[in-house]
Amino acid sequence: MKYIRQFAVILGISFLGEILHYLIPFPIPGSVYGLILMFLLLVRGILKIEDVRETGQFLIEIMPLMFIPAAAGLAASWGQVKTMLVPACVITVISTVVVMATAGKVTEACIRRQEEGVIRQKEEGVVNQYGKSDS
Amino acid sequence: MENLILNSAASGVFISLAAYGIGTLVKRKWKSALANPLLIAIILVILFLKLSGVEYETYNVSAKYLTYLLAPATVSLAIPMYERMQLLKENYAAILTGILSGVLASLVCVLAMALVFHLSQAEYVTLLPKSVTTAIGMDIAKELGGHSEIAAAVIIITGVLGNMAAEPICRIFAIRHPVAKGIALGTSAHAIGTAKAMEMGETEGAMSSLAIVVAGVCTVVGATVFAGLL
Repeated sequence: MKYIRQFAVILGISFLGEILHYLIPFPIPGSVYGLILMFLLLVRGILKIEDVRETGQFLIEIMPLMFIPAAAGLAASWGQVKTMLVPACVITVISTVVVMATAGKVTEACIRRQEEGVIRQKEEGVVNQYGKSDS
Repeated sequence: MENLILNSAASGVFISLAAYGIGTLVKRKWKSALANPLLIAIILVILFLKLSGVEYETYNVSAKYLTYLLAPATVSLAIPMYERMQLLKENYAAILTGILSGVLASLVCVLAMALVFHLSQAEYVTLLPKSVTTAIGMDIAKELGGHSEIAAAVIIITGVLGNMAAEPICRIFAIRHPVAKGIALGTSAHAIGTAKAMEMGETEGAMSSLAIVVAGVCTVVGATVFAGLL
């Protein structure tokens, strides 16, 4: 029963996401609306984590498999991609590396600065309770 | 053979699963980033179709059920995000800054390369949404006057590339914090990168899931602005 209920809840939210996609004239797919919706329902406590956990984890675990059919279908749209093959390949490789490195590095730097800030605040708090934490 | 596969509800799914299984075995033998289970599975399926003469459409009669599961799986990404709520709250400023700078880097990078390669407006807008999830990217490309089919292809290739390159890139650029790794993967390689992030750890997966949403929405706005810049 547990899995039936969990699968029903997940599909129900997916369906609500599709309805939102139909109603809102913005290029966001139903699955992304569904993701946001489920997150909000969990945060608000309307949905319990037990209502979705195991089935959701199963779906996430087999997720890599779900990209195989679409990617294998790329061989079919080969003719179209061929027209801009060289620039498309170069741009894809370079920009993927650049974006991954930028997003990761910036996040990491911000976290480190924040952590140092917290430590400094604590230290200054000990020395001078009224001292400004930022100079 | 064609008929058997056409009438079977399990064949396409099984072929995909078997191909991925072989990919995992290869990965266990060679620890190289090139031995990526997903990449190997894709190549094996394409080879299988080419060698057996089975049409892609025939294979997809059954394999489409795997694709179908993508929507509920994407929705389920809310689960790890919820379970890492505390981490999201503590680091929200760093997370948002990271995703935004990634989105901006993506748009600037494509613009710069479009200038280098003298791309046409249509080709340029096709590549603009290459780092976001397929459904969003295809719609953006179409909306801006690009080719949505090519956009889908480039987006999937970006994802597979990100999935493969994640570990070497994190090592080379010394991205060590699990939150930062997750944001890097989700912002650059959308859901396919998130699949990799999930393998790295639950925190990486949760952050990557969040990055799909935020980067997707930001790119809708950002790509529209950038479309006018070439």
